[in-house]
Amino acid sequence: MTTRLLLAAVTAGTLVAASACGSGFDDNSKTQQSSGPASIQIMIASSGDAETKSVQDAAAAWAKSSGNTATVTPAQDIVQQLGQALAGNTPPDVFYVDAARFADYASVGALEPYAQDMGGAFLPALNQSFTDGGKLYCVPKDVSTLALEINTDLWKKAGLTDADYPTTWDQLTAVAQKLKMPGVTPLAIGDTRDRIGAFLVQAGGWWVSKDGKQPTADTPQNEQALAYVQSLLKNGLAKYPKALDAGWAGEAFGKGKAAMTIEGNWIKGALTSDFPNLKYVVKELPAGPAGKGTLSFTQCWGIAAKSQHKQQAVSFVQAATTAEQQAAFTKAFGVMPSRTDAQSAYQQQYPEDAPFVAGAQYAQGPVNAPKMDSVLADLDAQLQGLQTGNPKAILQRFDKNAKTALGG
Amino acid sequence: MATGIRGNERGAGWLFIAPAAIVLGLFMALPILMALWVSLTSWNGQGSPFTSDVPFAGLDNYTKLFAEDGLARQDFMTSVRNNGYYVLFVVPIQTVLALGLALVVNNRMLKNKGFFRTAFYFPSVTSSVAISVVFLFMFANTGAINAVLGVFGIDGPQWFADPRGVLHLLLGWTGLVDVNAPPAALADHGVLGLTWWDWISGPSVAMCAIITLVVWTTSGTFMLMFLAALQNLPVQLDEAGLIDGANRWQRFRHITLPQLRPTLFLVLTLGLIATWQVFDQIYVMSQGNPAKTTLTPAFLSYRTAFRDFDYGSGAAISFVLFVLIVVLTLFQRWVMRERR
Repeated sequence: MTTRLLLAAVTAGTLVAASACGSGFDDNSKTQQSSGPASIQIMIASSGDAETKSVQDAAAAWAKSSGNTATVTPAQDIVQQLGQALAGNTPPDVFYVDAARFADYASVGALEPYAQDMGGAFLPALNQSFTDGGKLYCVPKDVSTLALEINTDLWKKAGLTDADYPTTWDQLTAVAQKLKMPGVTPLAIGDTRDRIGAFLVQAGGWWVSKDGKQPTADTPQNEQALAYVQSLLKNGLAKYPKALDAGWAGEAFGKGKAAMTIEGNWIKGALTSDFPNLKYVVKELPAGPAGKGTLSFTQCWGIAAKSQHKQQAVSFVQAATTAEQQAAFTKAFGVMPSRTDAQSAYQQQYPEDAPFVAGAQYAQGPVNAPKMDSVLADLDAQLQGLQTGNPKAILQRFDKNAKTALGG
Repeated sequence: MATGIRGNERGAGWLFIAPAAIVLGLFMALPILMALWVSLTSWNGQGSPFTSDVPFAGLDNYTKLFAEDGLARQDFMTSVRNNGYYVLFVVPIQTVLALGLALVVNNRMLKNKGFFRTAFYFPSVTSSVAISVVFLFMFANTGAINAVLGVFGIDGPQWFADPRGVLHLLLGWTGLVDVNAPPAALADHGVLGLTWWDWISGPSVAMCAIITLVVWTTSGTFMLMFLAALQNLPVQLDEAGLIDGANRWQRFRHITLPQLRPTLFLVLTLGLIATWQVFDQIYVMSQGNPAKTTLTPAFLSYRTAFRDFDYGSGAAISFVLFVLIVVLTLFQRWVMRERR
């Protein structure tokens, strides 16, 4: 009897408390805006101390000239920390948004579409990654693209010359066969959609439709692309990094276990610090049946829809994306600028990066659709087994899963 | 109501438990009820889940896990399968190992007891994340484990890249079944989104590495519990057995073990609960890879909520996991009940 009474009392108490909390949480339909000097919070997913420091410097310079204050917080796990902040109604005013996560944030209304008139200055291919329903939500911060890195020592050892750099799939297969030597795998390629997807673009296909509303994986083009990658894997012309005992393809390439790899411009810094003696060249990815194709990876400066200082936040983003500031970021931590007018200056300064810069013009961004994370994780799991798998079954499975996620 | 000389002790009693009741209510009961509410909505993580704007989903988040043929059910059932095999291997092995270690350390003949006690207990007091990272190195393709296997002429697997189930491998090795073309009876039929062939895969090679790690770290903790129980056992009973001519095994089986029943129950229950909730090792070591064979419900719940912003489904998964643990613990209690 008493236990029941107690239970009832506790339950009633908690319910009262819960409802009290609930009423306290009510959202205001419109967030109050403040004008004048403000203190804005900036959350970044930093690649290291160099990046943190240069963003802090940029924020301090902006704060000084505009009379505001700015705090930069490097996040350990930005997706989780941002998720908590958004749920708690206290998001940072400005934060990095990865192109692969953009649609998730945009679809739940977390982002302020501040960039609608600002898109003209940036590479159109990148703007595409941050557009939802025809609206450009945020401006791209920088860009990375994939290209083909070639170990020149192994290249010469296989009797190949400068004239042999592959520009088509057939040539790629041909040079790979020559590069196949004891202890050397011709090509190391990451086992995810973020590398293998480039072949889909080269074949003229892609996982989803341009507006991100329909899955379009099961097409002859995509099947041709996966079949080509599968043939490389089956003939030992390409291997996944784990099979080469490497954490990522760049490591296998650096150790000389692979003669070629497909990675982004971040490989430069990694190779310089870990394998300073390695000699290599960078070339654009070989074209497939539908022409050239590569993938871009980018982040944008997102502004929270719930921010109370949107005006000041936009002013900061403008300051952080000037051509001079992007050049400073490039110098500090080696990212490529996202502005159209900064491309030629970058290419002059880093001529060896020309293939990456060229790729940025025609690159395909990540899948731009919400609620796709588990579907894409499933796709990666399937791609890990591509060597023995059935390309068509992988594509059909993706379509089936994506259809449910996209509500199509 | 009690009356008389002790009548007003009731109020005092309530007063004394009030701090604990308030703390538990505020930090346990209330969040659990809130999570239960979230699991009934399709809250997207923006603002508070307790406003009228949040769409109410009813039991949709739960039916998606069981009734609808989709990725949600497939992922959930895969995670239940993985975790089931994980529990099936970890709990018995760690219990037996812990009991064995306790018996060794409790042995009167053993010298340097303190050293062994510390050595066996050490993994339990070390951070699980640090240990996980060390194991990642040990199980690397050219790591210590494969080097040792290499000495015996065994070509070790690529541990954390190997999604093949060990039961599949066993079946293939005995030649009963061709792994690349499993029998149609198993591969074409199934239940709850997975084929029978998928259900009987056993833990993947990658999961085996995690199983090894967990057994190694937790058996020290449980050894301590067994040790405490063993040191409380009266020596006389053992001596009586000795006089009656019982050999070492008989004395262990019929004198020591029955007295350890409460501790055994404790160890099995704690083991069962902890193994069904495995998260940090998965988070650090594999993130559910390769090919989802180390996906567990706890990690899936985290990923669904914080990666997909599908907080409702994430909360629903954790409540199903909760029910699963309660049911299994009750079942275990029933199995281990005192038979009169």
